[in-house]
Amino acid sequence: MNKKNHPGTIKNYFVERHLFLNRTIIAIVLVAFFFIGIIGRLVFLQIISHEHFSTLSEGNRIRLDPIPPTRGLIYDRNGVLLADNLPTYRLELIPEQVSNIEETIEALDEIITIGELDTQQFFKSLKHYKKFERVPLRFHLSEEEVARFSAHRHQFPGVDIQARLQRFYPHGELTAHLLGYVGRINTKELKKINPSQYKGTTHIGKSGIEKTYEEILHGEVGHQHVETNVYQRDIRIIKQTPPTPGNNLHLNLDIKLQQASYDALGEHNGAIVALDANTGGVLAFVSNPTYNPNSFVNGISYSEYNALNTSKDKPLYNRALRGQYPPGSTVKPFVGLAGLELGARDIKSRSFCPGYFQINNQKHKYRCWKRAGHGHADVTHAIKQSCDIYFYSLALDLGIDRLHAYLGQFGFGQKTGVDLIGESSGLNPSREWKQRRLKKPWYPGETVIVGIGQGFTKTTPLQLATATAILARKGQKVQPKIVHAIQEVDTEDMAVLSPPSFEPVPIKAIQNWDHIIDAMIKVVHDPRGTAKKTGKGAAYIFAGKTGTSQVIAIKQDARYNKNKIAKEHQDHSLFVAFAPADNPQIAVAVIAENGGSGSKVAAPIARKVLDYYFLKTNMAQQ
Amino acid sequence: MSMSISTFEQHSKPSGFTSLFQKLNVDPVMLLLLLTLSGLGLVVIYSASGQDMATFQRQLVRLFVAYAVLFAIAQINPIRLRNWSPWLYIAGIGLLIAVLAFGEMGKGAQRWISISGIRFQPSEMLKLALPMMVAWYFSEKRLPPTFGNLIIAATIVVVPVLLIAKQPDLGTSLLIASSGIFAIFLAGISWHIIFACLAAMGALLPALWAVMHDYQKQRVLTFLNPESDPLGTGYHIIQSKIAIGSGGVYGKGWLNGTQSQLQFLPERHTDFIFAVYSEEFGLLGCCGLLLLYFLIIVRGMYIASQAQDTFSRLLAGSLTLTFFVYILVNMGMVSGLLPVVGVPLPLISYGGTSMVTLIAGFGIIMSVHTHRKLLST
Repeated sequence: MNKKNHPGTIKNYFVERHLFLNRTIIAIVLVAFFFIGIIGRLVFLQIISHEHFSTLSEGNRIRLDPIPPTRGLIYDRNGVLLADNLPTYRLELIPEQVSNIEETIEALDEIITIGELDTQQFFKSLKHYKKFERVPLRFHLSEEEVARFSAHRHQFPGVDIQARLQRFYPHGELTAHLLGYVGRINTKELKKINPSQYKGTTHIGKSGIEKTYEEILHGEVGHQHVETNVYQRDIRIIKQTPPTPGNNLHLNLDIKLQQASYDALGEHNGAIVALDANTGGVLAFVSNPTYNPNSFVNGISYSEYNALNTSKDKPLYNRALRGQYPPGSTVKPFVGLAGLELGARDIKSRSFCPGYFQINNQKHKYRCWKRAGHGHADVTHAIKQSCDIYFYSLALDLGIDRLHAYLGQFGFGQKTGVDLIGESSGLNPSREWKQRRLKKPWYPGETVIVGIGQGFTKTTPLQLATATAILARKGQKVQPKIVHAIQEVDTEDMAVLSPPSFEPVPIKAIQNWDHIIDAMIKVVHDPRGTAKKTGKGAAYIFAGKTGTSQVIAIKQDARYNKNKIAKEHQDHSLFVAFAPADNPQIAVAVIAENGGSGSKVAAPIARKVLDYYFLKTNMAQQ
Repeated sequence: MSMSISTFEQHSKPSGFTSLFQKLNVDPVMLLLLLTLSGLGLVVIYSASGQDMATFQRQLVRLFVAYAVLFAIAQINPIRLRNWSPWLYIAGIGLLIAVLAFGEMGKGAQRWISISGIRFQPSEMLKLALPMMVAWYFSEKRLPPTFGNLIIAATIVVVPVLLIAKQPDLGTSLLIASSGIFAIFLAGISWHIIFACLAAMGALLPALWAVMHDYQKQRVLTFLNPESDPLGTGYHIIQSKIAIGSGGVYGKGWLNGTQSQLQFLPERHTDFIFAVYSEEFGLLGCCGLLLLYFLIIVRGMYIASQAQDTFSRLLAGSLTLTFFVYILVNMGMVSGLLPVVGVPLPLISYGGTSMVTLIAGFGIIMSVHTHRKLLST
């Protein structure tokens, strides 16, 4: 065909051209087909899976950062700050902005001392940070160091000072046993707390008010949505939910009275609890020795902790809250009142005190503290002179069951329910208790010594003060309370905590109460009262009762000789008081461990506390 | 009909505007489409580079160079190109061998060679030289080709493809192979042979796996299951799919693509720029882009079909269809349909050499379009 016409080219040209057009059309159809395929893929990604990928994309770029709330402050009843948040300064370095880290640290060392340990710690922690994150180099810079660095800041690009808030207790030792302290959250605490609320929070209340009111003081965590790039570097803050700061606490405590109480207790190990007699508000709460709570905030050093922990004076032990002491004679007004109210005695009933007491015809002699005896003593005399025999006999007549029940009305043997964690309940012994705990029946001899606050009986200083307040209020119960009100930071609204209401102690005859209180007034104001020296010259009338409680049993015919007994086995010195006697405002319990006689040691201490309360005179300054 | 068009064009009096383009030997339609695409590319690069003016300016300069090359090549008569073809091809093969012997390493592959201080990728040269060579070979032959001719043509294709694959540069060897294959396809290879070859390729895939480099195997494995290594090699594909998918129908808006602006996307202004584009302009923007590409391909195929000699026809058609392969492979890999091979999105991706080569190819297409009448006489 080709050969016939022209030399092939024309015919060939048409065939080839037709073939090419054919292939071109097929190619374009294929291209269109593939393009539609790509569009199909895009429809799948951008419409069908759009939501899925949008979520992933948001997750890529948005990071939720917690903003820890500011911890609530704690004030005393007069608005004196007891727990503060102070800025603490630390030196931080951003690795990517520092060309030579070693040289920079050396240069910094000439301005602010950077120790070998700081440097080591820095290089250790460097690995855990991203290169654009701030790595701490030195902690706790002093104001002076901050000032010195600020003057040289321009020489150190990428080095900066960061201020963080840290708990600080301006009154240190004075408030340690009451406020407790905050410390770094440990793994055990981590399991108990709501982790989302504590994101970004480093510290938590470890003891005292800081622990009891942790939820109220902590506040609510805030959040910020931070846009980040692939390296987690912050680009900008998109949305912010500010944290709700923790509520402030206003305590019933009077820090000046607290100071006066510590001063009054002086070198004695022991405790003082002073309550507002009408509300139960804790005015002073002293446990000596004490410790500096500020040492615990950022982790106490091992040696310092070890010293505190192994000291035989046990400074970490909260004596006011947990110390369990035999109340000794301080229990006598309560036992005496039981005798009158339960009808075992009347006001005029007298016991004869020959200096000892025997159950029926048993051989064992229960001694009176006064070897010579008090002769015939009625309840007033027995309280005023603290005659043991009257109470031995009374206790035996009442029997342990009635005694236990009546003392229980004043809170003996029960936790007071104070707003502090870790309270001890003391011990108000009973038949049932002994059978349960010691698997032994109750013996009458044990009843006898319960009558003078010895034997199994144990009370905490807080309990003793509470019982005294209930007696002062003639049966109206109070519960000790440390926190007076909770204050919202933003609105400054104060929510005063209302005390729970209790059934009062049943009263048979109010004269009985008046009579006991009168006897207690005589303890300090009668020329023959055991604490007559303490009452001397007081500008107000107060009621009190001394107590000298034995730490160890003394053999039958042996005499207590202070000089022959080790200090830790010497008698505890106790005193309870309330004032003014006719219109009680304050109730106090004082315990000086191994202090000896209640009248010589504890009573003058209580007087100083009362004097400060009423007269604002500080004995320590005199 | 095609004859009548060419007759019409020859005899009608062209307007002043058209005659200007004729004097410049360019096709105004194709030029307009290419310039639109290049302009869009600049806009996307500005966003993808994190609004980096320096990157933008470098790309602008490269575009000027590339279009200068386009204009220069458009002036060359296809006959001259045909005569150069074997020599260019032989020189290219020589350089490829030289690269393997003493080329420079870059990103784990040997692709570069320095000739008197100018760094140069011989594989880029083959992108033009190979289709030219195949077209040249067939231009002397009767079509459809005989089986013997096909064997020779296949050899012409396979030699440089293997040399480039050995560098190793899978993307470029794929593009060069397809440019040769398209020339053979357009030359009229019989369908029997096409299907036989496809069947043979399917059978040879396991063998191909055996000779692949580790990093190439890794890419294929990751492609098959990107979630298996979300922070390693699968990261590219996952992040890229997130970018495209989160763009939705309308996109997040120019400069507002969080995946790209916040640097979650790797290679975002080069090979993965389509993900940035999809994130910011959405499905509608993608359809617009595909339409633009489609128009360029149709125009290129039209020009090829209007060419009056076999060489021009095969060369223009092959170059146009290779342009399509760029698009298909790039979009396929960025959207997770194909394994990751280093193929840029034509005229959008940032990058010098390959863009200049691509635009130079369009220079050839322009030349084919504007030199028709000279040939026909």
